[in-house]
Amino acid sequence: MPNTNTNPRDLFPGALEMMILESLRRQPAHGYALVQHIQQRSNNLLQVEEGSLYPALQRLLKAKLVKAEWGISATNRRVRTYQITASGLRRLEEQISSFEQMFEGIALVLKARQSPAS
Amino acid sequence: MDWIPSIFRRRALYDDLSEEIELHIEERAEQLRGEGMSAEEAVRQARRAFGNRTLVEERAREVWQWPLLESMWADTRFALRQMRRSPGFTATAVLTLSFAIGANAVVFGVLNRIVIRPLDVPGAKSLYAFETAESQIGHQSYPDYLDFRARNRSFEDLAAFSITQAVLDAGANPSRIFAYETSGNYFDVLGIQPYLGRFFHGEDERGPNSAPYVVLTYSYWHSHFQDDRGVVGRVVQVNKHPFTVIGVAPPAFEGTLLFFSPDCFVPIVNRNQIDQGNQLNERGTRILFEPFGHLKPGVTHAQALADLSSIGSYLEATYPKEDGHKNFALVRPGFPNFFAGPLRAFVAGLMLLAGLILLAACANLGSLFAAKAADRSREVALRLALGSSRKRILRQLLTEALLVSLAGGAAGLLVSVLLLRRLSVWQPFPELAIHVPASPDANVYLAALGLALLSGFLFGIVPVRQVLRANPYEVVKAGPAGRTGGRVTARDALLVLQIAICAVLVTSSMVAVRGLVRSLRGDLGFDLRNAMVAGVELKMAGYTGERVEAMEDRMTGAAKTIPGVEQVALVNNPPLVAGGGWTMNVFKDETRDPKPSNVATTTLQYEISSEYFRAAGTALLSGRAFTAEDGKDAPPVAVINQEFARRIFGSERNALGRYFKTEDGTRHQVVGIAEDGKYFFFSESQQPAMFLPIRQTGPLNSVWLVVRSARDPAPLAADMRRKLRALDAGLPLEIETWTKGMDFALFPARMAAVCLGVLGLLGAVLSITGIFGMAAYTVSKRLKELGIRMALGAQAYEVLRAALGRALKVLAIGSAGGLVLGILASRVLAHIVFQATPRDPFVLAGVVVAMLLLGLVATWIPAQRALSADPLMLLREE
Repeated sequence: MPNTNTNPRDLFPGALEMMILESLRRQPAHGYALVQHIQQRSNNLLQVEEGSLYPALQRLLKAKLVKAEWGISATNRRVRTYQITASGLRRLEEQISSFEQMFEGIALVLKARQSPAS
Repeated sequence: MDWIPSIFRRRALYDDLSEEIELHIEERAEQLRGEGMSAEEAVRQARRAFGNRTLVEERAREVWQWPLLESMWADTRFALRQMRRSPGFTATAVLTLSFAIGANAVVFGVLNRIVIRPLDVPGAKSLYAFETAESQIGHQSYPDYLDFRARNRSFEDLAAFSITQAVLDAGANPSRIFAYETSGNYFDVLGIQPYLGRFFHGEDERGPNSAPYVVLTYSYWHSHFQDDRGVVGRVVQVNKHPFTVIGVAPPAFEGTLLFFSPDCFVPIVNRNQIDQGNQLNERGTRILFEPFGHLKPGVTHAQALADLSSIGSYLEATYPKEDGHKNFALVRPGFPNFFAGPLRAFVAGLMLLAGLILLAACANLGSLFAAKAADRSREVALRLALGSSRKRILRQLLTEALLVSLAGGAAGLLVSVLLLRRLSVWQPFPELAIHVPASPDANVYLAALGLALLSGFLFGIVPVRQVLRANPYEVVKAGPAGRTGGRVTARDALLVLQIAICAVLVTSSMVAVRGLVRSLRGDLGFDLRNAMVAGVELKMAGYTGERVEAMEDRMTGAAKTIPGVEQVALVNNPPLVAGGGWTMNVFKDETRDPKPSNVATTTLQYEISSEYFRAAGTALLSGRAFTAEDGKDAPPVAVINQEFARRIFGSERNALGRYFKTEDGTRHQVVGIAEDGKYFFFSESQQPAMFLPIRQTGPLNSVWLVVRSARDPAPLAADMRRKLRALDAGLPLEIETWTKGMDFALFPARMAAVCLGVLGLLGAVLSITGIFGMAAYTVSKRLKELGIRMALGAQAYEVLRAALGRALKVLAIGSAGGLVLGILASRVLAHIVFQATPRDPFVLAGVVVAMLLLGLVATWIPAQRALSADPLMLLREE
């Protein structure tokens, strides 16, 4: 599987997927709403190119971590709403914990670099 | 696996995706309009925010794709475009390969039937026949066969058969047929089912002549009964005895002897109605071919052989007069080993040569592809510079190679299937039911596909190194002229290899053809020139007992009255004609008990009239020929050949005047020694032979006249026919020159010469295209340089040396190497083609001349082009 086609603005491979899953855990949403949500939640720090969301969504669909359904939104638009699945939830837990470990590790390394200087 | 439904779901998935993206952009634009933007501006802004929509959609789709397959499809389309762009190149490559793969498929088709899958019956893997280990022949008498069948514990059942010739009369048109006389269980042992009606079985055998049934082969039914399904139940006459047609064998079943398909099968218990005499009861008369059957599950070869050997010992102890001690060997039913061995070796040799052809073709195409890749180096460099991966480019090149090879493979297979079909219905001797087993099957198709893929990879990887090394910057900078280095490149090496292979093929085909010619002119122990032979079926015409002798004398006398006839003699069977003769066991004089275990040697037995040696042109080295005095009541005498003398008496000098015994205990005195000759086949090892006076042996069923005359064969044959028919209008006759009569004995050598000739020709064509390709390429690359040289006053020969020197050097090295290899390889040929020796000035000169001619043909056009180079034109082009 080509897993290398991550957007340069992705922090690391899989980050976008993780954010999508996290957003969907809170509530089901369609693509446009997801983009809005992620940008708002990150205080617009993460400028995700809107299109880059869709390949990620397709990957999640294929892995059966989310499911999609056509419907009508609150604003009376035809939308395709994504919903997280049970295995999606499991994957999210795993990813968050491994992400936290990684983050911790990175933080330690960065601190170690700073400490002799201080 | 969920990719199967996903292929069908994919369209829907893609539609969903497009719609979703469309809606996304709309929603964004709507929001922007809500923020006060103009409609047009909003849409543009929404699109910008979304990013590259095509790319996004592509990437999203890729998620669902089977990535390798689909990008391979893209490669394929690109390759097809490339191929269309250079049709000449494509056609050359495909044609070359189709020849090479076709040749391989044909040879493999034959190999497949002979070696891999000799008998197409269920469970053929456990089907074995047994033969004696020493003689490699498995003939058994019917009583011995019954003992083997009853006493063995290794085979599930044993079947046996004998071949006979008979006349089948279905009412309108009596025809001569070949029939297998088989044991009742024959079809059951083979485990095959009838195409029509039923087969006979073991239960049908209830004593002599109890099963007057006949089963037709499919082809005989097809050709003589016009596929009439009503034939089952009809009564036909076989040698004037009523037999009921009970069934038709399946189309694929052509008996259990390769090369020899019968017209029908009859139960052997009815043999006495078809062949006279009572041979079924004679334990010493070995009328059956190798008995065969399925080994019981779990029985090893060693166990089976031990079992057979113990039965052999029992037979030897019980019937010492008829049965000697034997060691047995298990073989595949189909043909005895003495014949199968050389045949397999030859077909395997052919396969090797065909493989070499393919290799040469690959080398050829490899250098073509390398040249093409070099010409495309700018394109490759550009793609590399634009970020394409080398892997991707290589895959692209390989796809192209594979496409070419598959196209070549398909074309080659098509041709070979047609050829094999023709070959399997081809009957080289209409009167002999000989056929070449070669019908193509799945194995052949698989082999062709495998070879196509393999060769595609082989020549596809030739340009790989070139691409991997390519430095885009250098290549683009250097421009189209590139450099034509003086170094030895991989392409030169390939071409040398290819030419060497072709020289091997040319050498071996010449060795074979030369051997064939020499064997016809060589020393056969008789003189073919001006000799006619006439086979007379005395028994079929009703001559038996005393009448045989009288008829023989009248025929000799009649033939002598023909003007221009110098000599007429009788012989039971002329050497190298109609099987070449029959064999007999002989014993040393001091042997008291002439039983099989005491046999001194097995020798050919020729029963001749006194004029035979002069008529046949066989030299008598010492002693005397027979005279009219060597009659029935005179002491038995014999003339032996040198080999016989060496084997029985130690040397030729010792032999004259000494005695030896034949199977019935008769003592024969050696009165003369004749030169050695060839008897069965041209390539046989020297066989012992003895000549006995025809009056001292029993009456013959058929006899041959040998007629020596300097007259033209055709009118002579007509005269002979008229004279003999005048004696008896109903005499079955076969008159031909001795040379023509040897067709059968020459068949293997002729086939070998034809096969090798074809392969040699293919090899020659390949070297021409190879050298031509190289020379043409060099000339086109250096055309400008050559033009300038000419403008500066270079002589024509200097230009040619510059243009073609390399090609010719490659040709010389390759030919020399191939010649040496070919000489080594020709040793194998000596088994098939008598006198096939490469140490023959004709062959050596022939190969050199052939290769020179090839070089001349191949470089002619490039040389013309080099000489016509016009510097002005070329400079203007730049």
